[in-house]
Amino acid sequence: MPVALFVPATLGLLFLVLPLAGLLIRAPWATLPQRLTEPGVLTALRLSLQTATIATGFCVLLGVPLAWLLARVEFPGRRVVRALVTVPLVLPPVVGGVALLLVFGRRGLLGTWLDATFGLTLPFTTTGVVLAEAFVAMPFLVIAVEGALRGADARYEEAAATLGAGRWTTFTHVTLPLVAPGIVAGAVLCWARALGEFGATITFAGNFPGRTQTMPLAVYLALETDLDAAIVLSLILLVVSVTILAALRDKWLTSP
Amino acid sequence: MAHQPVTDAAVVKEGPVLDARLVVDRGTFRLDLALRIEAGEVVALLGPNGAGKTTALRALAGLQPLTAGHLTLAGRDLDRPDRRLWTPTEHRSIGVVFQDYLLFPHLTALDNVAFGPRRHGVDRRAARMRAADWLDRVGLAAQARARPRHLSGGQAQRVALARALAVEPVLLLLDEPLAALDARTRLDTRADLHRHLADHPGATLIVTHDPLDALVLADRLVIIEDGHVVQEGDAATITAQPRTDYVARLVGLNLYRGTADGHAVTVADDLTLTVADPLHGDAFVAFPPAAVALHPGRPDGSPRNTWPATITGMQRHGDNLRVQLDGPIVVAADITPAAAAHLRLDLGAPVWVAVKAAETRAYPADRPKFRP
Repeated sequence: MPVALFVPATLGLLFLVLPLAGLLIRAPWATLPQRLTEPGVLTALRLSLQTATIATGFCVLLGVPLAWLLARVEFPGRRVVRALVTVPLVLPPVVGGVALLLVFGRRGLLGTWLDATFGLTLPFTTTGVVLAEAFVAMPFLVIAVEGALRGADARYEEAAATLGAGRWTTFTHVTLPLVAPGIVAGAVLCWARALGEFGATITFAGNFPGRTQTMPLAVYLALETDLDAAIVLSLILLVVSVTILAALRDKWLTSP
Repeated sequence: MAHQPVTDAAVVKEGPVLDARLVVDRGTFRLDLALRIEAGEVVALLGPNGAGKTTALRALAGLQPLTAGHLTLAGRDLDRPDRRLWTPTEHRSIGVVFQDYLLFPHLTALDNVAFGPRRHGVDRRAARMRAADWLDRVGLAAQARARPRHLSGGQAQRVALARALAVEPVLLLLDEPLAALDARTRLDTRADLHRHLADHPGATLIVTHDPLDALVLADRLVIIEDGHVVQEGDAATITAQPRTDYVARLVGLNLYRGTADGHAVTVADDLTLTVADPLHGDAFVAFPPAAVALHPGRPDGSPRNTWPATITGMQRHGDNLRVQLDGPIVVAADITPAAAAHLRLDLGAPVWVAVKAAETRAYPADRPKFRP
């Protein structure tokens, strides 16, 4: 094996693994059980799990039809639409948060109308957290599902039509089951991204314990006051992430 | 078996069940195919790759709209571009067996077959009972709970057939139904398929490039080349009197077109064949490769057609040797090993070709190619 490749490869691996090891080494294992049950930790964890799950549900509801549109319907400007869908993927999340404020903020384009018509205020609420997470995470789902749809043989849909199934029945009875693994993978990825969301959330929803303070926000806050608390919170997020990875190992880790 | 017809269109009126003129333009390719099929009739659409067979099937199924022409099934217009009339696939009384079957991988064999009846408004229990009945008919009752990936090729083919027939279609379409099977399975499946098609009360169209499938399964053959019908008729007529090189190759005959004057048919500038059947005008002459004899020198004293030729190819053909020859006409000859021993069979070697008049068939080329 050429040294020129082996050395940087090893360094790269260390670079990825060392910080995680550091987290485990510096963890306050003795006081861990007690710290885990602190009300602040559990509240942040519960809020994170709830908002990430609702945001994922929201993304599935809107993202699967969007993926279907991109994969199955020829329309002018489809490439532009696909590019637009992926923008949040590359956009710095803070910018996403600012953009959300400009639209859904109290004086935003839609926010003013929402406030006047329904008395609905989104920024600095739990709903705002869900919106911020969904905005950042949706591209992951759309891209995964669109890929699954493109990989699925559209002729199954033709076969369904010859058996008397209309477009909607074909979608629910044939297309969806065929791409179900892709939807699950996309949803898990989307959920993991929503769980770790920081920039857009803190910009659009603020940092109110119990209302908008999710785990990543709690970690950031704890870092300034109580390092051990930050480590414990980080440890929890690490465990959740690794669990997700383990759940998806058949999907990615075994691929060549 | 007492089934309620799934579709009201199953009640067939007088006249052909299917009456269509399929015109489809696709870039530089144009399919223009008139097709009529009676109730209970099995028609094979036979042609080389790229002839437009699959396009025709897709047009009938509503997966490809017509450019012009019309498609009338059981007295109902389904596709008529000049009247802006179009019926989507799911509202046509058709059943399709796709070449690679396209069984839904997430459903059991039973639920695959029940899928069609369910979409036609049959409730779940009744649809499953009907599906079980169809699986039983194709001999797969034991595989009802199996997923498609656990079925063999022959089993999948039969499930696909049961699935297509379970909606009791007026028109059954089969796309290369046996092409995906190995030779041994194909033999058994072909016999089964023949039986099920004979029981099917509606019209059946088989698209195939395999002449054997067409000859065994179909009552009538429609042969298309480059989007157009070149010959149509029953198996006996087509095998006896091919009208194009493609058909002649399919049925294994040498075929030439020429001008007849009594027993003499001029098939090339310097070759006139003597034939048994007298006729006049534009004519075809056909004879099997086995009727061709080869001689090292010019044969004399016999009432034969003879001409010099050169050998351009040789291959085993059953117990015999098939020799390809060039000369005034290109001809294939089947000769026995014994006959081969008397010849110097080298590529490019000169030989004399002899064909007895009694073994030729001559028939007019200018009569209408197919029924109006």
